[in-house]
Amino acid sequence: MAMDESVRKAVLGAVPSLRAFAISLCGNVDRADDLVQETLLRALANIDSFQPGTNMSAWLFTILRNHFRSEYRKRRREVEDSEGHYAETLKTQPEQHGQVELREFRDALSHLPPDQREALILVGASGFSYEEAAHICGCAVGTIKSRVNRARTRLAEILSINSADEFGPDEQTRAVLAGGGE
Amino acid sequence: METAASRHKDHAKPAKLGREVQARLGQQLRALYDDVVSQGVPDRFTELLNRLDGNGNKDKR
Repeated sequence: MAMDESVRKAVLGAVPSLRAFAISLCGNVDRADDLVQETLLRALANIDSFQPGTNMSAWLFTILRNHFRSEYRKRRREVEDSEGHYAETLKTQPEQHGQVELREFRDALSHLPPDQREALILVGASGFSYEEAAHICGCAVGTIKSRVNRARTRLAEILSINSADEFGPDEQTRAVLAGGGE
Repeated sequence: METAASRHKDHAKPAKLGREVQARLGQQLRALYDDVVSQGVPDRFTELLNRLDGNGNKDKR
């Protein structure tokens, strides 16, 4: 299989983000990496169905998401004891990012219904438009918008945030840390 | 599509989350996500592509 250099680059370039998305779906790094690997194998076996000029990353996300839905959800119970692994991915996080705050956030995220979490991550972290996210999830744009809104509201409830002031270190502290540190 | 009137209406709706809260949630979400993204491409994936690319036709493995 001679792989086009541009395809190879685009696929590898999407891997870090695919992993982040996969971890948010599986809640477990090892499973997530297996999911990414299976996604790449499927994608490359079907590379002819990729339309050049369209978004490779969105195409890969769609394959990953569909594969997860069809295969991994069957094993959901097993998959959900995930906290430890997700926590491990945070070890490298510098302290000024608010380790505790981030851990609480991650826990809150894990309490969201999967549909909402997925929509929020695609739009809020992966950087897809509502339209692209709708395409990836195979649903209407309005559905994605409402899932994202509900996800945000729910997160704020779980974290009991009523104003930004209650949200960990304040801007001044951050500014001091950022300015003084390096 | 979005007229000044509709925007005004949106604005008048009881906004459950303020802009700052939304911004903070967004920051947290990206911090979590980017922590994984910053790990780059693990070797297994580069090797996988090399394997598929290199020996695909010659050798099953």
